[in-house]
Order: sequence, then structure tokens, then C-alpha cells
Amino acid sequence: MTQAELRLCSLLLQEHFGEIVEKVGNSLLRTGPRPLRLLVGDTGLLPDQVKKALCVLIQHNLVRYEVQPRGSVEYEARSERILRILRYPRYIYTAKTLYGDPGELLVEELLLHGHLSMSCAVARVADRLTETMEDGKTMDYSEVSSTFVRLADTHFIQRCPMVPESPRSAKAPPPPAPALVIAEKDMYIVPRLSLVGKGKRRHSCDEEEEGEHKAKRQKQEGGTSETPPDDGIYWQVNLERFHQHFRDQALVSAVASRMDQTSSEVVRTMLRMSEVTTASGASHTQPLSSNEIFRSLPAGYNIGKQVLDQYLALLADDPLEFVGKSGDSGGGTYTVSILWGELDVTRGPGASRAPPSPFQHLSLIPLLLRRFGSRCARIFRLLLRKKHLEQKQVEDFAMIPAKEAKDMLYRMLSENLVSLQEIPKTPDHAPSRTFYLYTVNVMAAARMLLHRCYKSVANLMERRQHEMRENKRLLEKSQRVEAILASMQATGAEAAQLHEVEEMITGPERQQLETLKRNVNKIDASENQVDETIFVLESFIESTMKRP
Amino acid sequence: MAGRGRGRGRGQMTFNVEAVGIGKGDALPPPTLQPSPLFPALERRAAPLPGGEEGEYMLALKQELRRAMRGLPYFVKPGAPRRDIERYSDKYQLSSPVDSAIDWNPDWRRLPRELKIRVRRLRKGRTAPLVPKQHVALDKEETIKKLESLEKKEEEVTSEEEEEKEEEEEGKEEEEEEYDEEEHEEETDYVLSYFDNGESFGPDSDDNGDEAVY
Repeated sequence: MTQAELRLCSLLLQEHFGEIVEKVGNSLLRTGPRPLRLLVGDTGLLPDQVKKALCVLIQHNLVRYEVQPRGSVEYEARSERILRILRYPRYIYTAKTLYGDPGELLVEELLLHGHLSMSCAVARVADRLTETMEDGKTMDYSEVSSTFVRLADTHFIQRCPMVPESPRSAKAPPPPAPALVIAEKDMYIVPRLSLVGKGKRRHSCDEEEEGEHKAKRQKQEGGTSETPPDDGIYWQVNLERFHQHFRDQALVSAVASRMDQTSSEVVRTMLRMSEVTTASGASHTQPLSSNEIFRSLPAGYNIGKQVLDQYLALLADDPLEFVGKSGDSGGGTYTVSILWGELDVTRGPGASRAPPSPFQHLSLIPLLLRRFGSRCARIFRLLLRKKHLEQKQVEDFAMIPAKEAKDMLYRMLSENLVSLQEIPKTPDHAPSRTFYLYTVNVMAAARMLLHRCYKSVANLMERRQHEMRENKRLLEKSQRVEAILASMQATGAEAAQLHEVEEMITGPERQQLETLKRNVNKIDASENQVDETIFVLESFIESTMKRP
Repeated sequence: MAGRGRGRGRGQMTFNVEAVGIGKGDALPPPTLQPSPLFPALERRAAPLPGGEEGEYMLALKQELRRAMRGLPYFVKPGAPRRDIERYSDKYQLSSPVDSAIDWNPDWRRLPRELKIRVRRLRKGRTAPLVPKQHVALDKEETIKKLESLEKKEEEVTSEEEEEKEEEEEGKEEEEEEYDEEEHEEETDYVLSYFDNGESFGPDSDDNGDEAVY
């Protein structure tokens, strides 16, 4: 865990869960897995507070526990999961684009609460949707639960590991902590529930109804304390599946930018067909025959079979090798290469020189373009292709004057994006008789960039918090004024009185508020943007490490 | 050892500088004598942020999420700081529940047993902490307690409030009682100990007997 990651994790925890949880999480992250009493000693908090914080963290899957052989329970923080908090808006937005409002709210509730049972989630979402609908209409549970089932079928949500059902003998003491297990095949099975009901609207201004319902509600609360039918079955969001989806989106857009819209549609269809059948971490999708692809093309695209075959051939021939041909049965079978890193060199003829991977085009090069200029990017791309080059060769191939080339190379060298490789001609490594070659170490460069990204997000968050702290007084004042305005409007005040209350915030203060809002929005949008880069870099590093 | 002197051969490096491109007599940049500036000059402006519907929606989502998470029971707030003086408004403020209680209901079967917090019961008639009514799922114990307390509500209205006050300021009970006593003695607004009613002044008192009276 690097310092930058630690700092970012603790900022995220503090912002979303408060100071106490941050202290506990910090201690766990810095010192590794430990039992409860050591944790209490480390953080200096009250034991009850530490317990509360641990419950919150476990609820949100940020900390896991393990029973040690000697009977104590050790807690371990999951740093990579904590960093995902940054990506929550992206998950929710994706769910919205795929499944509409019920899907969006379901994913949001699951993310906010860590894990929920199906009946609970459906009830909450139906209530929330009912709030936004017009008076008199309510959202039925069935629509929400059908969206839930669809989410589970496409693996976007999964079941949490469950308490084992083994009957224990009365004599053996129960273990200090349950060992939660779940089988892979059970993960997406939705229990058969008949959830009947409609969303409830919160009647805040209807006092009579409240008086009546109070008595009923108490009885109902007594009733809901009985076990609901799906007791013990909790659901959580399957982040890996969302990542898979983002990766598919990135691939499709890369193809679209390189070729045209139709070819990107073809690739999208292929990816969609193999969504659920591809194991996570595989380098290629399952082979799909062109007949199948033709059948599954979306309705709007009525291109002929011949045209489809031509597109597939074009895609397969492309040096970036997004799509590979893997056989001839059924009119030619094709796979999409979904590995971020270098492609498998042993696959097929003509692959003697491993081509540059899509990742490099997606992320590293545009970054450099922005930061150092287009000429630096040209040199970098050259080094990626040619692997090792001497100073002189760089100047020649890149067609950049010597002085500028030197300058750019040194700048990139000082940032550790390129490195020098020495090749001695003589055994005594005399400097005048060694070759010095410039080269790019992609993994090192990726890691360094990732570290920088973490640092930048942490800086952005701190700056945003600083801005809010500076203007705290003004923000509170504006909130109070808004509250006054709202209550006055509710009781029906005249326009003059409202105007008078509005005047409480002076012109310059209004300007200040505007500036603050603009800055905070900008910082938030930047955080989202950096998170996208973090996603690409992390996936690249992970997949390259996994590759045997 | 050879090569460590500072006089001859200053500025030599282990590799051949010509190979890297620094020719003889080229002006090298001056040595840096201070840490790099905090905000180095930006040579190129950053690319504009992607706007559009998606970007704005995600922005709104992010801010919504932050705001919502602060309101959830998972946001663990530190206990209210002990005030040095009891204030009148404390009676009417929604106090946060006692530190040891958990506002939400986790499934205790899934958590290690040591994390379960015993909710202390101070008195038999103690109501559940002032949990706002939005929390639908109350613990069974708390529901029973609430029903019990509702039964006795008429008799114990005032005593409940006193109990809550005593819970919040456990250590201040003695002072409270003293304060009450003083007030009840004469039922004035003034604290009697601050007021010297002059009984000890004059020839009657023994304190000033030694001093001359002017």
C-alpha cells in the first residue's frame, strides 16, 4: 500500500463515514490485520465506538474478518474496495442507462447500505419512486422486483456469502464469528418471493391520517419483526461485472474511433453475447460464429451477411487486433481480445512482433499529449513501437531537431517515463564504449501514473474540503435563509416579504456563493475524470500481472 | 581513494556524457539549491473537463451521494461534547443516542459475537433513546420498552424528562441538585450564593470586631 493510496483511503472514509470510522480504518490499513483489543489500543477510542465502526465497515464489505486458530477474530481492511467508493456515481449512472430509474435506485440503495435483502431493497426503492411520482400514483412492487431479477440475471448484483446452515450440537460452543460461504452457482439465484405491495408515500402534512396510522403502524412494526420470507439472503453489488461493462464500453469506443460506427456496433454485439459466458480474467471471449453474430445484431442495423463478413475480416486484420479469427466453422469464428496488455505472442502466424495493445492508445498516449506536448507523444509512441533506440536514432525517426529531442527525452527521463538501458561493448563498461538506449518500461510507467492519479484525487478532495471549510459561515447562512423562505412559502407569504428575506444575502455574498459552487463542481467533475483514468490503469496492471 | 578529490576532475560523471548528448562546453543548467516550487508553472493548460449530460449527471449523483451518506446511520458521529454548563435548550434538543447504541439493525448472525454492544438499561422506565420516527425497524427490546413506557406515560412524563437529563449529564447530578435546591428555597431568579444580603455587615457580626468602625 503506497502512501498515496493510504491517504486517499482515509480521506474517502472520513468523507463518507465520519472521523471514528476513518481512525479505525486507518489503523487497520497501516498495520494490517489485527484483533479487536489491539485495535482499541491503537486508535485510543472507546471500545464501543470501535465496535460500532467495525460493524459499519463490515456491513459495507470494506473490512473482512477471520477466525484465527487460537480463537480470536482478526479484522483486515480491504484497501482496493475502499478506493471503489470513488466510483459509485459511475456505477449508478451505468445502472440507469441500462435499466432505467428502478435499476438506478436499486443499485444506489445497495451501495449506500452495503448489503440488503431483496424485500427490503424493493420496499425502499418503491417508496422512493413513489415520492417522485405525481399525487395519487404509487409504484408497484412487481415492477421493481422484475428489475431486481434482471439485474441478478445479468450478474450485476450477487448474493452475499451466507451463514452456514449446519446444525450445531448444544454442547459445542458457537464459534466467535461465522464463516460465511457461498457456492459460485448460487450467487445469482433469486429466491422465489411474492412481493406484493405498493410504495408508501410519506404523508408529512396530513395529520389526521398520521394519527390514525400511528396505532396501526405500531402493530405493523410488531408484525415486521417476524422473519421476512427471504431472511438471511443478502444481496450486494457485483463490482467486477460493472468493471467488465466499463471495459467493454472502452473497447467499443476505441474501435469506433479507429474505424467507424458500424464496426463498433459489431464489436458491441459480440461483447454483449459473451457477457455472461466469459470468465473474469480471460484474455479472449468465447469464439462466436459469424452466423450467430449476424442473428444477434440489433434490429436497427440491417446490414447484409456479406457486409458483416467484410467487417469482421477488416477487424481481424487490423494491427491492433481487437478481434481475432479463431476458426472457420459456421462462417468463421471470431473472438474479441479483452486483455488490456500485450496479446499472446504464440497465437497464430504473423504474430512474431507483438503489436501495441489497445490500452496504450487509450490512456498513456493522450496523457502525455496533454502534459508534454504532441512531439513528446510522438517520441513516446516511437519508443513503444521500436522498443530500444539510441539518442541519434530517436532524432532521425521522429524527425525532430536534435536539441528539442534531447530536451524532451531528458524531461521524460526525469519523470521516469522512459529509462536508459546500458549495453556495454567491452567487459569493463567503459562509458565511451557502451551503448545507451532509451526504452519504455510500460508496467513501471503505468504504476507511476497510477500513483500520481491517487495523489491527485487526494489533493482534489482536500482542496474541496478546504473550500467548504473556508466558506462554512456563508453556507450555513444561505441554508438558513432557504429554510426560512421555504417555510414562508408554505404558509403563504407575499412576494414582498419573500423578497425581503432574500435580501438577507447581499450581492457580494451571492457572488461568493456562486464562485464556491462553481469551484466545487469543477473539483468534483475532475475527481470523476481522474477516476476513469484510475480504472484504466488499474485494469491494465491487474490483467498484466495475472497473465501467466 | 582515487577520484574523490574535489579539485581536479570536478564535474566528471561515471558515464560518458557525450553519449547522452551533453557536448563539451555546453552550458548545463545551474544546480538547484532549494526544493522545487510548490506550484510549478503550468506550461500547458489541462484539457477541458468533459461536460455534457453524462458528466453533469454524474456530478449531481456524486454530490447527492455525499449528502445522503451523511444522513445515514452509518455515518458515525462522535458523541456530543459534554457541556460545562447545563443550558435550558438542552432539554429540547434532539440528543444523539447514547454512544453505545447502534442506530441500525445489522444481522447479528453474520457478525462476530464480540462486536455486539450491550445496550445498558439505566432504569426500568427508560425510554429508548430519542430515535427519530423515520426508523421503522426498531429492535424488539426497544419496541417492548416503548410500549411499556407508553402505558406509564401519563404518570411518568416529568420523571422521564428528568431521567433523560440525568442520563446526559451523569456527572453533574450533584450540582444539579444543589442548583435546584437553591432555587426552590426562595423561588427568585437570582442565585442566592451570589447575593450577599448584608446580614454579616454591621456591629452584629463578629468578623469585623477588631477593626475600628468609621
